[in-house]
Amino acid sequence: MRFSEQWLREWVNPALDTAALAEQLTMLGHEVDAITPAAADLSAVLIARVISVSPHPGADGLSLCEIDYGADESVEVVCGAPVCVGQCYAYAPVGAVLPAGMSVTARDIQGVRSQGMLCSAAELGLAEKSTALLALQPEARPGQSLAAYLQLDDHLLEVSLTPNRGDCLSIRGLARELAAANALEFRPVRIQPVASETAARRTITLTAADACPRYAGRVIEGLDVTRPAPSWLQERLRRAGIRSLNAIVDITNYVMLELGQPMHAFDNDRLTGDIAVRHARPGEAITLLNGEQHDLPTGSLLITDATGPVALAGIMGGEHTAVSDTTRDIFLESAFFTPVAIAGRARALGLHTDASHRYERGVDPALQPVAVERATALILAVCGGRAGAVVQACSEQHLPHSLDIELPYGQVAALLGKAIPPGEIAAIISRLGIQIIDKKSDKIIARAPGWRFDIGLPEDIIEEIARLHGFDRFPAELPESRLAMRQASPSSCLAGLKQVLVERGFQEIISYSFVGDTLQKRLFPRQDGIALMNAISAELGVMRLSLWPGLLLALLHNLNRQQQRLRIFEAGRVFTQQTALCQDQKLAGLIYGNIYHEQWDNPYTSSDIFDLKADVEALIRQGSGPVTCRYERCQRDALHPGQSATIMVDNHALGRLGMLHPRIQAALDIAEPVYLFELDLEKISPKKPLKYANISKFPSCRRDLSILLDEQISIEDIRVCIKKSAPALLTNLELFDVYQGESIDQGEKSVTLGLTFQRTSSTLADHEVEAIMASVMTSLQNEFGARLR
Amino acid sequence: MYEIEQMIQDAIAEVEAAGHQQALAEVKVKYLGKRGEVTYLLGQVGGLPAEQRPAAGQAINQAKAEIAAAIEDRETVLLAAQLQHRLADEQVDMSLPARGQRRGGLHPVSLVLAEIERLFTEIGFSVVDGPEIEDNYYNFEALNIPAHHPARAMHDTFYIDAELLLRTHTSNVQIRYMQAHQPPIRIIAPGRVYRCDSDMTHTPMFHQVEGLMVDTGITFTHLKGILEAFVHNLFHPAIKVRFRPSYFPFTEPSAEVDILGERGWMEILGCGMVHPKVLENVGIDSKKYSGFAFGMGAERMAMLKYGIDDIRLFFDNDLRFLEQFN
Repeated sequence: MRFSEQWLREWVNPALDTAALAEQLTMLGHEVDAITPAAADLSAVLIARVISVSPHPGADGLSLCEIDYGADESVEVVCGAPVCVGQCYAYAPVGAVLPAGMSVTARDIQGVRSQGMLCSAAELGLAEKSTALLALQPEARPGQSLAAYLQLDDHLLEVSLTPNRGDCLSIRGLARELAAANALEFRPVRIQPVASETAARRTITLTAADACPRYAGRVIEGLDVTRPAPSWLQERLRRAGIRSLNAIVDITNYVMLELGQPMHAFDNDRLTGDIAVRHARPGEAITLLNGEQHDLPTGSLLITDATGPVALAGIMGGEHTAVSDTTRDIFLESAFFTPVAIAGRARALGLHTDASHRYERGVDPALQPVAVERATALILAVCGGRAGAVVQACSEQHLPHSLDIELPYGQVAALLGKAIPPGEIAAIISRLGIQIIDKKSDKIIARAPGWRFDIGLPEDIIEEIARLHGFDRFPAELPESRLAMRQASPSSCLAGLKQVLVERGFQEIISYSFVGDTLQKRLFPRQDGIALMNAISAELGVMRLSLWPGLLLALLHNLNRQQQRLRIFEAGRVFTQQTALCQDQKLAGLIYGNIYHEQWDNPYTSSDIFDLKADVEALIRQGSGPVTCRYERCQRDALHPGQSATIMVDNHALGRLGMLHPRIQAALDIAEPVYLFELDLEKISPKKPLKYANISKFPSCRRDLSILLDEQISIEDIRVCIKKSAPALLTNLELFDVYQGESIDQGEKSVTLGLTFQRTSSTLADHEVEAIMASVMTSLQNEFGARLR
Repeated sequence: MYEIEQMIQDAIAEVEAAGHQQALAEVKVKYLGKRGEVTYLLGQVGGLPAEQRPAAGQAINQAKAEIAAAIEDRETVLLAAQLQHRLADEQVDMSLPARGQRRGGLHPVSLVLAEIERLFTEIGFSVVDGPEIEDNYYNFEALNIPAHHPARAMHDTFYIDAELLLRTHTSNVQIRYMQAHQPPIRIIAPGRVYRCDSDMTHTPMFHQVEGLMVDTGITFTHLKGILEAFVHNLFHPAIKVRFRPSYFPFTEPSAEVDILGERGWMEILGCGMVHPKVLENVGIDSKKYSGFAFGMGAERMAMLKYGIDDIRLFFDNDLRFLEQFN
């Protein structure tokens, strides 16, 4: 909410400068976001009265005005906009500098010298645009400073109010807070009832009394709505950021800002019959003031007349019954709608109005007749007319009633950690308008005022005590606590895994958890990502099924920025909806380009799948300890069918890795192969307890074995076969060469392995080793038809 | 005797003249070898008259020792020279860059989260986690934010369907944790949160850390104590901190914590005493226990810590940005 500091000070005027006042509001929980001057420096601009007007002799559309600006002699200015003799205007004399930076000089306009200019509100920076000169009220005096006349020595305070404090959405509400904080008297404007001068009235029926327990209305006849609201009132609206429309609307807005009561004026001639407040029936519709037509959801609260809906209660009036230039009579509405009845209604229709904002947060239920009287007096003063009697419909039982709250002093200290003396507690809560029903030695019985919708529990009052006592006056203390130990958390395990990748040259990225369906479908054409109902864009439309889309987007982003080599990873959840919703933690990585960054003494070598295997195995060893991984060939749409596998440990799939399918690589316009892995974090975490094995004192014995066999036989199968035929004594099995090509038959490969044998109890004899090697070779022969090379 | 003197002189001259180890070895063989001159002279001693033998033997042994000593000295000199030569040979340009894999790095948001986790785990808080696709109950209702509450407008929520949504804060974790654990509770819950908002200061996804401490006798002054210590340790021990009244439906009293920067007070986290309705919702006796909760945006912390001015940089994943934090 934005408002004029001057206006607030009319209600309560603590001895604080602007900055200190703003600071105090902020520390009361009403954060002041901005303080701006009410107007630019207009000290040179004066008030001038037009003495006479004559057409410019040399130019159509221009006039010559003789003006009195309080000096001994009048001056002549050339003017383009219409002017009235006798009217006062803002006059910028020669030498004045206007807010837009223009400095006024004496200049010849079509042969006539103009001594300065008459200004519009826009030229003075007092409006965004103007169609006419700024006309001032008759009480303005020629020669007076405009700034003084319009009280422009003011500041605009922009306060960001929390949603629990609807009562502060007015000058009255904020003044009440400041009065309480400074122990000053709160001076509300005096509001006198306006006597009725006409019998005109409308009957009001509260059909939905639970949603609208009070509705006050009054007919005012014989108005001249073409008369503008006084400039001081328009100025206050301007300073509150509200555009001036006509006197009636300006005045209802003014009363809303002043007292916090939203009001609405209907064109009385366009209403038919009685007014009823009721819920919408199926099929009803309304065209609102802003021209939008809305089909009304059943349950919407309406103001209706005999013909149907005339306003969306607490949100906006209808177009048909709106006040226009030809309006003579109005019906003024001032109602209390309960927050529950209005909450969410405007939003559901895509609307947000000053009225709905206040009603959702709670309007003082006692304010309605007062606001009617205030608005009536202002309207009569500007537009003339005769007021009818105030008609009020009220359902006492549906009005909010504050309950008694028991507040033990001990509870205040128990929650806040500091004992506030009972005297201070009583003083604070009374200043806030909280009624003290009873005072005992150990507690207070209190009752919240009607305008406070946020006080129902003792804690609510304790908060008020802390707020008014001042948060900064509470000491900062450290709690004592019982010690407790605990297991390593998944988060510390993840930190260890990330560290492995970082040491191996990976850079962590964080990408959005939602991705574009098009990209995701390229990788996972058989799966549907969970879609968002209200996505920001199609590129952020579905929840990711894997971390790969995000990694690929990061790759593309960086390739487009001249990077040639990437090692990146991400940890996070992926989202799938099968029988149940799954949101599992994954850890995934991508490598692209050279293994190493460009360096002076390393040949350029492209990363391949085996580099990625090393990274993955380092991760698994960190997470699960010294387990053996198996790689089961897998068919995945995203991966190259010949270079992809599921990573298996003890028959559990831990994740998958492989080369991005060349078809996708080409579609994404990526120059070189991309290698990807993704691990299930939950499956990688548990470490098996380790068991120590004896170290043999006896020397080991190594034999190398070079065999020829069918190229289709996997190294994994060969290893399994060897381990099976040489169980206990084989302590290490190292593959050190795989060769195909010259001197090897087509379809075959040569494989060379180093076998290390050792016994813990004695040295192995040569003949024992030879026997084992022979049995290994026999197994390889029988199983794969392998031959010694 | 003259013969021996002469031999010593000759031998020493030859030793001194040996320019490398090979030459020195030859000199050694020539004099001290099996057929060397000293050995020969020793062989001749037996042929001398008995009374001359001791003196001759002594003189020859003396000569042998002198020559051996000279050889040893020379060897030391030659070895030293050789080492010098090798050292000179092996000199490299130490400014040549290191070889091999360069270390990568963590994302700046992870760095800040890790630092926050460290500070709180050191005083006995556990790090816990919760779902990101959440339902209305855990994200709103259990936290005292009923449907149509104006506070919901502060959370521009992404919906999956009428019931499921992307969590707008990590406060859902405090509900889930309190349902499963009785006090004492000390947790922090870092994680991703989502709001449909996108500009220079908002991204549709960001990270929050939620904290919760519930026990007997926990007060507002403890909230101030823990968070003030936290801010001092995360940023700077001398930084000015203030607690400003605010509003969250799930805490009361509620506060925002501001720190004083070059451009005035900056909001860094929200906090408050856990609302009694929230404790009731999870079955914790609010008469017996009290607690505080707090929540902060990790990106905001990282922006303040590293002077980053555009939040979107965190999710562009541009290596030129990310590598600055390695």
